[in-house]
Amino acid sequence: MGDTIANLKIGEIGIIQDFCLDAIPLNLLEMGCLPGKEVRLLQIAPLKDPLYIKVNGSHLAIRIETAKQINITKLR
Amino acid sequence: MKSNSLLNIALVGNPNTGKTSLFNQLTGLNQKVGNYPGITVDKKQGRCKISEYLTAEITDLPGTYSINPTTLDETIVLETLLNESNNSYPDLVIVVAEVENLKRNLFLFSQIKDLQFPSILVINMSDQMIRKGITIDIEALKRELKSEIILISARKNLGIDDLKREIENYENWNTEPIANISDKIDTVFFETIKTTFPEFSLYKSWLLITQQKNCAFLSSELYQKITAFNPDSEKVKKYQHKETIYRYQIINEILKKTYAVDKNEATDLRSRLDKILTHKIYGYIIFFGVLMLIFQSIFEWASLPMDLIDSLFANVSELAKTNLPKGTFTNLIAEGVIPGIGGIVIFIPQIAILFLFIATLEETGYMSRVVFLMDKIMRKFGMSGKSIIPLISGTACAIPAIMASRNISDWKERLITILVIPFTTCSARLPVYAILIALIIPDERIFGIFNLQGLTLMGLYLLGFAAAISSAILLHNVLKIKTQSLFVIEMPNYKLPSFKNVFYEVVEKTKAFIFGAGKIILALSIILWFLASNGSEKFKNAAEYVTTQESAKHLNDDVLNKKIASYRLEHSYIGTMGKVIEPVIKPMGYDWKIGIALISSFAAREVFIGALATIYNVGSDGVGSGTIKERMAAEVDSVTGEKRFNFATGMSLLLFYAFAMQCIGTLAIVKRETKSWKWPILQLTGMGALAYIVSVITYTILS
Repeated sequence: MGDTIANLKIGEIGIIQDFCLDAIPLNLLEMGCLPGKEVRLLQIAPLKDPLYIKVNGSHLAIRIETAKQINITKLR
Repeated sequence: MKSNSLLNIALVGNPNTGKTSLFNQLTGLNQKVGNYPGITVDKKQGRCKISEYLTAEITDLPGTYSINPTTLDETIVLETLLNESNNSYPDLVIVVAEVENLKRNLFLFSQIKDLQFPSILVINMSDQMIRKGITIDIEALKRELKSEIILISARKNLGIDDLKREIENYENWNTEPIANISDKIDTVFFETIKTTFPEFSLYKSWLLITQQKNCAFLSSELYQKITAFNPDSEKVKKYQHKETIYRYQIINEILKKTYAVDKNEATDLRSRLDKILTHKIYGYIIFFGVLMLIFQSIFEWASLPMDLIDSLFANVSELAKTNLPKGTFTNLIAEGVIPGIGGIVIFIPQIAILFLFIATLEETGYMSRVVFLMDKIMRKFGMSGKSIIPLISGTACAIPAIMASRNISDWKERLITILVIPFTTCSARLPVYAILIALIIPDERIFGIFNLQGLTLMGLYLLGFAAAISSAILLHNVLKIKTQSLFVIEMPNYKLPSFKNVFYEVVEKTKAFIFGAGKIILALSIILWFLASNGSEKFKNAAEYVTTQESAKHLNDDVLNKKIASYRLEHSYIGTMGKVIEPVIKPMGYDWKIGIALISSFAAREVFIGALATIYNVGSDGVGSGTIKERMAAEVDSVTGEKRFNFATGMSLLLFYAFAMQCIGTLAIVKRETKSWKWPILQLTGMGALAYIVSVITYTILS
């Protein structure tokens, strides 16, 4: 437990559990980054930040500080 | 049926859905760029003939994922759709969606539907459905969404006529909302809203309440009614979250019945390209290569047309002088207006080439990868990965560059970007650099390959970037603005750029420059000409004064005329101004003539050369002889007899132009974009002080 998107390794998939609403930009939710959705980490930028993810059919880049706020359970 | 007036259509959609392609198909070159009243964001509009009897004014709104704005650009969408008194308030809305990510596109569509506009869903790139294994049951989707749907392929010009035919019938479209937010979130709360604002749709009232700060257009009466609600921000966030979840629930239900995708995706070009383009080594090498290519082309490709434009305007001016009847008006045309227009036109090649590259790179999807690659680095300087595009654009002109910073959602990152952009070497500095370098740096090669003059120019470019980065670091540490990162960018699919879209973008940006900055440059050239050709009593009677003064010396006419002309310049209005500031600029190694050029170029840098040309032209005998450079090289200090533009003065001038904020257009745009005089004044004084100190030190050391 205690995993966030920031803990995923490249290629790994997690299911979004919850997040602190205040820490997440509304537009990220509106792009479909919502509890119950699958997130796959596609790539990490060379300096470890931002992260390139696929969620709800969208390919997005988010900063690690945002990624750390989104709790997930890893799929194995 | 609205028969006599125009039909207002708003074009809304996610970024990268081909919205602009559709706009270009519908309107062709029938486009204009205007301003939204009160705000400065460009408004792209165009006319389109829907049928024999019906013409539409189409507004291409900035791409957005939601009506709730996160950037300045997106605020326009909100404003256009909520403010009934704005003159592009739509009669109907076209929502452009893309076939692949229909789910997210329908999110926006559901919001528009809930505002109860007559709206139509246009699904673009339908020609790629088979290749991507997507099937859509259009009839079922129409029923579920209670809306008309048209499949198009904007790039291939398919389905556009169907769309026009459907629009003719817009008054019969269903305007029922899709999502019943009140029942699913808080019935009591939303019922109160409904009864307080019976004149609006429920969703509109909810948006007005939650987006008060982005609704500057509200009447004070309505504003009070809205603020009376004032739900606390936690509640708002919670309800917005619930609303988002609820919308996706509805959409998922609908798509389950109507949309299918064959998961066996073909070879994934995206991930293979991503691996290379965002690679920790190759990624940067490729980006650096692209940058080099851009700069190289700005110089190489633009130099020929720029030389042509330069000599063309010189010839036209000469022609006007010799062929028009002599007089003040002819002088105004030949010495004020024509060079003034030339001073604008000469920048078009560079600006067009730069935007050709930027538009192409954005179209392909590569720019998002650059943002991804550079974000962390730029954050160390208090900026965002999204600052890269404005900073590159700054090498053409700071004005479009500052406007390009609008999509940075974080205020502090955006502000720093805006503040440091004027340090990047814009094309207005180039003519100044070029002529000064030619005057003071020998045209020699070192190590047999590097041209000394070229190296100096490159050094000045790097100096500009270094100044931008260091001042960004300084601002990052000084500015105490706490913001929460809202950074989310979409990584769009790679695609081949559409020639048409790139072309329109280049035309639009170039036009914006000509009519924005160009007006100022032209106006200043005319004012400058006036100040140089009028003056006090001594100016008017220059011939008498000089003749009496020099009468003992028995000079020949030629020398006498030169003396009169230079006496006249000295006592013209601008000469007087130059004399006034001479004590201040003396430590930098300048005399009053350079002072005149400095004053004139305070408003726009490139005027420097034109001003010197005017000064030395007027100062000789009124008839141009030799190029500006030759005349400048021949100029000597009247006291010491040394060359006026020696190494020390030249270097001091180069550095002054590298650092000083001399562009009224930029100051004006910064004021508009930051909504405060504080920031342009900071730029003006901060950059001015830096330039002055550096120039004084340089001159003192070198002379």
